[in-house]
Parts: sequence; C-alpha cells; structure tokens
Amino acid sequence: MHLAELNVARLLAPLDAPQLASFVAALDPVNAMAEAAPGFLWRLKDEVAPTVRHDYGDDLLINCSVWESREALWNFTYRTSHLAFLQRRREWFSRMAEPFMVMWWVPPGSFPTAAQAMARLERLRAEGPGPEAFTFRSFYELPAEAEVSG
Amino acid sequence: MNDDEAVAALGDPVRRDLYRFVVGQGRPVGRGEAAEAVGVQRTLAAFHLDKLVDAGLLETGFQRLTERTGPGSGRPAKVYHRAKGEHQVSLPPRDYRLMAGLLADTVERLGGEETAEAVARDAGERARTDDPVGALERRGYEPYEDGGVVHLRNCPFHMLADEQPVLVCAMNLALCQGLAGPGYEVRLDPRPGECCVTLSKINEI
Repeated sequence: MHLAELNVARLLAPLDAPQLASFVAALDPVNAMAEAAPGFLWRLKDEVAPTVRHDYGDDLLINCSVWESREALWNFTYRTSHLAFLQRRREWFSRMAEPFMVMWWVPPGSFPTAAQAMARLERLRAEGPGPEAFTFRSFYELPAEAEVSG
Repeated sequence: MNDDEAVAALGDPVRRDLYRFVVGQGRPVGRGEAAEAVGVQRTLAAFHLDKLVDAGLLETGFQRLTERTGPGSGRPAKVYHRAKGEHQVSLPPRDYRLMAGLLADTVERLGGEETAEAVARDAGERARTDDPVGALERRGYEPYEDGGVVHLRNCPFHMLADEQPVLVCAMNLALCQGLAGPGYEVRLDPRPGECCVTLSKINEI
C-alpha cells in the first residue's frame, strides 16, 4: 500500500496579489523538489494552472500527493528546504483551527481525486483520526494482512 | 531493557569509550576499527560492543568493509551504529518532555510562533560565546565539519521536533543564530537523521 496525503491552505490574498508573490515564485521549485524526492510517486496536477483548480472556494489551496511510505513523506515535508517554506506559512495563509492535513493508505497505482481527498479531510475533521483518515501525530500503520482479507 | 539499565551498561570505562567512538563517527563502525580507536583487543571490543547492543544503545548491521568484492573478499563484517531509541534517567523522576510538548502545542494554538522564535533567539544571545561550535558540542549537538560548513549530527530536541517540526526547528534555528552571533551564517539545511541547522564562519573583509 502507498500513503496518500492532502493538505489545504487558506490564502490571505489572491494568488496574483503582491503579498503572495514569494509563494507563487516558490511553487515550481518546491513542486520539482517534491517530484525528485525519494519515495515520491504522484501528485494531483492541473494541466494549465500552477495550482489545483477545484470547487471548494478560490481562497483554498489544495495539495494532494502519494508517497511510498510515511518516512518518505516526512523527509520531504520536514527534512528538505520545504521546511523553510512551511515556516513562512503565516505570510501567505490564514490560521486554521481545524486540521489541514490528512493521510490515508491507497493501493499501488490508485490516485485520489480532489473530491475523494477532501472527503478524507472532512472525515478527519468530523470523527478525529482513525485508520481511514489520520495524521503524522496520530498515525495509523497498515492493518495486518489478516485484517485486510478478513 | 529500561532506561536506567541502558545507562548502567555505560558504567564500564572501555564500554563507554567504545560507545563514544561509534556514535562519534556517524556511520557504521566495524569491531577492528573500534578496538584500535580505544586501544583494546578486538575480542574484548567485540564483547563490549555486543553488551551495548543488548542494552539497546547500539544496533548492528552487516557490511563489507573492504572495496574488494567477489570470491575471496570474505563475508560482510558485523558493524555497529547508534540505536534509534533514546534513554533518559532522572532521579528523582522528572518529565520535562511531556510538559514541553504541551507548551509547544499551546504556542501553536495561540499562534505565538514568532514570539517563541524571539524567546529562543534571546536565550541563544544570552549564552553567546566566542566558540559557538564548542557551546553546541556541550549542548549535545555533536558538531562536525564538512567542506567548511559545520553540520550537527544530533538534534537535542528530537522527540519534540518529531511532534512539532515546524515550530521546534524554527525555534532551534533562532537559538543557534542567537548563540553564534553575527560572525556566523547560521542557516536551515534540513536533511534526514540530523539537526536541520548548519553554521559557517563569515570571513571578515
């Protein structure tokens, strides 16, 4: 099984506003770094726009990707220069009281749609972490084989 | 094995020297190399290294220690490296880690990241010395130099950085910047398995 993740952010200003310029400038290099990271498998991309277009509001930014393991996703998120961008998040995004990142296991070769990923986040927000929707801090390892087939 | 038993395993001075040597290399170390470094027989070193493994302080692997491969190059040798787990002994019992985690969550919930960084920077400045690398060594960062840049092999806040990496790594960076002062460029250079901060001396013009 592979690990899918969704993270969302609420923009403080439109993407073409000067306040977001440093964020927009980082999009391509950070995406390229993700794609080159060990254990990266796939990410949700828009064919034309630099960010994923969706039906959840213009100020919501969606990132969705699939990784080989928790370690691979962790090392990219917190152990590359991506960390420096995370630390600047308050310059670009508003604070969210609710969880803004969710993970779940997917079969190899299966890639979530934005709607499926958002449903996982809604589940985490409504029910708290569980095997179908969890976080780094409340991580759910893969169920044992017996549980899968049973 | 519990924490005080793990620490007790370091009571023997030869064993302690072997432990320090192995963890100081930052890579798997063979028995012969460790024995030579601390000046004991290979069999004695092997005995103590395996005691350190039993105590949960070191882990083992197998690795070819020579460049030769193919027939005649011999079996892979047993090598030792620092175990992942961490041990803490406090008498009487104290649990600052739990409280630190709660405080980190509180900072995040209050949106106080910038204040936390300022606090860390101030604490670093108060402890500033002419020898920041030595100061980091004493604080357990295990500095080593690579191509003129000082890297830090150990993150003293590892468990906390695992729970709250964005906050804790930003505070640690500010702490190191405060400690090192304007003579050093202290930057974020995260890499798996190490502290995310590096230092390089700024050459005076």
